[in-house]
Amino acid sequence: MESVAQKVPLEHFIVLSGILFSIGVFGVLSRRNAVLVLMSVELMLNAVSINLVAFAVYTAPSLFVGIIFAIFVITIAAAEVGLALAVVLRVFRNRGTANIDEIDTLKW
Amino acid sequence: MTQIFFDLMAAIVILGALGVVLVRSTVYAALFLIASLMGVAGIYVLLSTEFLALVQVLIYGGAVTVLLLFALMLTKVRDLRERAPEPPQLAGAIAAALALLAGFMTMVYKTTWPRNVGQITPISFNQIGTALFNRWAVPFEIASGVLLVALVGAIVIAMQEEGER
Repeated sequence: MESVAQKVPLEHFIVLSGILFSIGVFGVLSRRNAVLVLMSVELMLNAVSINLVAFAVYTAPSLFVGIIFAIFVITIAAAEVGLALAVVLRVFRNRGTANIDEIDTLKW
Repeated sequence: MTQIFFDLMAAIVILGALGVVLVRSTVYAALFLIASLMGVAGIYVLLSTEFLALVQVLIYGGAVTVLLLFALMLTKVRDLRERAPEPPQLAGAIAAALALLAGFMTMVYKTTWPRNVGQITPISFNQIGTALFNRWAVPFEIASGVLLVALVGAIVIAMQEEGER
């Protein structure tokens, strides 16, 4: 097994995860459709997972904490997507739109 | 070799992510999301956590993106295209993302990263399973409870009510 550690430094993974997270933030702030906002949130969650796994594998490989955490992140992300899409469908049925700038009943 | 594989996967992840946030067609955005998340699975393979790569492909490639596509279909996004954001909103989003990115890059640049961390030990399915069902058994059960409640709740929320069209 070729060692990854000597070939790819840890900071490359951190940079990748930082870029991915920033793109996700941009998507959340600039997208209009609620489903697309959810997709951007998925990108951010994945950036966090990369970060956790990279640190776990590089610094504490015998503990698996980061890997277990990444599994939980994926689980919660699945729950979040299911629930959020149900809410989006409900809002669409009641208001006829899924654009977050047109859902402004709480805006005062 | 490993570095080339990493660069390739990173390019797929970042280009896919850019596609998700920039493409106007919502269905194409969902397809770009699949590409990006499969790139993340490649990164997991590179980190020798094959179990996570497998989970990533199954959950994201198989379940989450299909759910998202169904939601796009059911909400009848008008001609499947999004209007461009207003210029002030776009400027704000770009500024926030760039500020965050600059913060991350400064952090990476200023930190001294560990050198010669040695071999990465591939983590087998057995080890993860043992850890998950011994040390992390209680969080695991809580996570399964959360998933169950969330999905039942999703069904209840999405259900057609009496008198609704």
